[in-house]
Amino acid sequence: MEITINILLTIATAATPLLVAAIGELVVERSGVLNLGVEGMMIMGAVGGFGVGYLTGSPWLGLVAAIVVGAVFSLLFAVMTLSLATNQVATGLSLTLLGLGLSGMIGTGFVGLPGVRLPDLHIPLLIDLPIVGKLVFGQDPVFYISILLIFAVAWFLFRTRTGLTLRSIGDSHTSAHALGIQVIRYRYLAVIFGGACAGLAGGQLSLVYTPQWVENMSAGRGWIALALVVFASWRPWRVLAGAYIFGAVWIGQLHAQAFGIPVPSQLLSSLPYLATVVVLVLISRNKRLTMMNTPASLGQPFVPDR
Amino acid sequence: MSEELATGNLLEVRGLTKIFGSLTACDHIDLTIARGEIHALLGENGAGKSTLVKMLFGSLEPHSGEILWQGQPVRIQNPGVAKKLGIGMVFQHFSLFEALTAAENIALSLDDGSPINQIAAKARALSYSYGLPLDPDSLVGDLSVGERQRIEIIRCLLQLPQLIILDEPTSVLTPQEADKLFETLERLRAEGKSILYISHRLEEVKRICDRATVLRHGKVVGHCNPREETASSLARMMVGSEVKAVVRAPVEGIEKAAPLLEIRSLTRKPATPFSIPLKNIGLTVRAGEVIGIAGVAGNGQGEFFEAVSGEVQQQDAASVRIRGKDAGRLDITGRRLLGAAFVPEERLGHGAAPRMKLSENLLLSRHATDGKAFVGTGGMVKANAVYSAAQRIIEVMDVRKSAPDPEAAALSGGNLQKFIVGRELDRRPAVMVVNQPTWGVDAGAAAHIRQALIELARSGSAVLVISQDLDELFEISDAIAVMHNGELSKPLPIAEATFEKIGLLMGGAEPCHAEHAAEVV
Repeated sequence: MEITINILLTIATAATPLLVAAIGELVVERSGVLNLGVEGMMIMGAVGGFGVGYLTGSPWLGLVAAIVVGAVFSLLFAVMTLSLATNQVATGLSLTLLGLGLSGMIGTGFVGLPGVRLPDLHIPLLIDLPIVGKLVFGQDPVFYISILLIFAVAWFLFRTRTGLTLRSIGDSHTSAHALGIQVIRYRYLAVIFGGACAGLAGGQLSLVYTPQWVENMSAGRGWIALALVVFASWRPWRVLAGAYIFGAVWIGQLHAQAFGIPVPSQLLSSLPYLATVVVLVLISRNKRLTMMNTPASLGQPFVPDR
Repeated sequence: MSEELATGNLLEVRGLTKIFGSLTACDHIDLTIARGEIHALLGENGAGKSTLVKMLFGSLEPHSGEILWQGQPVRIQNPGVAKKLGIGMVFQHFSLFEALTAAENIALSLDDGSPINQIAAKARALSYSYGLPLDPDSLVGDLSVGERQRIEIIRCLLQLPQLIILDEPTSVLTPQEADKLFETLERLRAEGKSILYISHRLEEVKRICDRATVLRHGKVVGHCNPREETASSLARMMVGSEVKAVVRAPVEGIEKAAPLLEIRSLTRKPATPFSIPLKNIGLTVRAGEVIGIAGVAGNGQGEFFEAVSGEVQQQDAASVRIRGKDAGRLDITGRRLLGAAFVPEERLGHGAAPRMKLSENLLLSRHATDGKAFVGTGGMVKANAVYSAAQRIIEVMDVRKSAPDPEAAALSGGNLQKFIVGRELDRRPAVMVVNQPTWGVDAGAAAHIRQALIELARSGSAVLVISQDLDELFEISDAIAVMHNGELSKPLPIAEATFEKIGLLMGGAEPCHAEHAAEVV
């Protein structure tokens, strides 16, 4: 029993960064912008979070720094793609490359240093519940934030007028512009929100998951987050389900290797990506559903004619 | 303009100018709109009508000139400002969101922040009171073009505008739907609202408009009371010269002529969730005749054209027969080799490659059919032959251009269309299928293209024309069939066809299905 709970706990910790980064990217993509720089923003958040946490000794300040670094880094992408209308795919890819390189350079001095870890937040009384208690009410702060984020984003997108406006921009930026909606302003805010989320996810890695700095420690999680958004067909609750499935596969893969199950580790590591491919094939069969949820103007640069 | 009218003006525009690069789209335009009038803005495609109204609605920024609203100078920087002033707009190219419901679409343009279900209730009530019934919960992607326009109109009315701008609203409606729209407009005028009505359909302007301002090449060339003008005098003002009428001699004994294009039980599943399935279409076009296909946009005409041209091939080889041979499984080139020619609706991307020269575009579509003329030994292109053929077409069709052999994208829409139609006519095809032959083409050039199609038919070819322009179809067709919701009616001989009959079929009133047509054939 204890072992099961521990495994479930590690799954939650592994799923949280995927969830946080994916929910941010979901908002970005719902506004019609494709930011492939999630991996880069995440690793920048990780190094920024670790650095500030280590230098000040406060993991909380580290977490705030991770969010700010992610948001600022995404601003670079926003200026390039929204104000200068560059190609979003190319710009996003270069943001990832830049982030990976830059974080390695900034982090040279941090390698091997002991980090600070965010303390778990135990919710009194509720934590004493059998099984669920420890799983749901004895987690780290980022876990709670991630769950709140899902609620907030789902409510925002489908229950508020601003959320409706954001979705409309993703459906057709020319129509939105014709109605007088400030397309570029909304997209800036969406991209920055996505950057802040990716930064937070990175902070979780270097302040909770493994409280230290290792170069490339995001290890492709940004790409999985991107895949998750498509996997979830741009619906927040499906991101939650997807993140936990992917988290379970990730952890399962580690345990399988630890138990010496004779399956090549490379195959196991590729499982999340294979799962994405399979799911993509499955969901694309329901064309109507895909059309309704896919932001139609995704990835297209928008230049208003004046 | 008399003095007392000027004081009661709702909107006044003075010297409004807009320049795109080297083109002056609007050149010192003056316009006044009084309260409670329907004011027509007339002009050919490219005359500057849309540019002008986009400046009035804040989508474009004028270079110079001023706009006075109720006597006060205003700057309309964006559509939000226009809406606050009381200007509403119904767009020519719909500005709706397909993946959202009608109510959500309406909510997006209202700034009051009231909950969606309240807006839906308001929209439903308003739509019924104007006789334009609307289901607020339906998904826009599922709606017909006419229904989409209703959403636009209701959305505009809910903003309680003083001035409503309608940009070519009837180009997508059946005659009956247009009548309904005119009733609505007259009711709005009676309520004291002003309407700026943009159109190039002269009969409807004569019918509902109180005053008209005519634009040509970005300049105001005249004001008039359309009720005192004739359609031809209005056309003269718009075009600047007489437009030659199209001549169509009647044909005799067509039923004995050889069938050159036969379509039998053509059925197609929808390719995307929002496209139309084709249901058991049957049609025969014989040597010497022009058959027109009418229909409101989005009723399967595009899907039908793709299937006939071979852009999408059919499972059943006998579903399309060209000159007596099964062609259903052939690609476009295969069908061309049988003697057919096709002119698609979209000029750039389908009809021509935008970044390639006209001569290269000619080679692209005819390298197979005219291999002997254009391609020499070892597959080398005979550039000179291609070039001179392109020049011949340019001359015959009177294509106006800035360079001897410009890129396709450098031509205006109308001139490119002349070249594309000319390119196919030049081959003297036995079967010619054209989708929207004169969309966006000025009146003079349109008459030229129409006459050329009739002459091609009379010289022994079969011509099939798909068009949304009923006037055009009545001008050139020997029989008209109507496409509605993926089904094709039996062709009505032109002598029996009236606007009313065709209009009813376009609205889907009388199911006169293709199965019956097949029996007759």
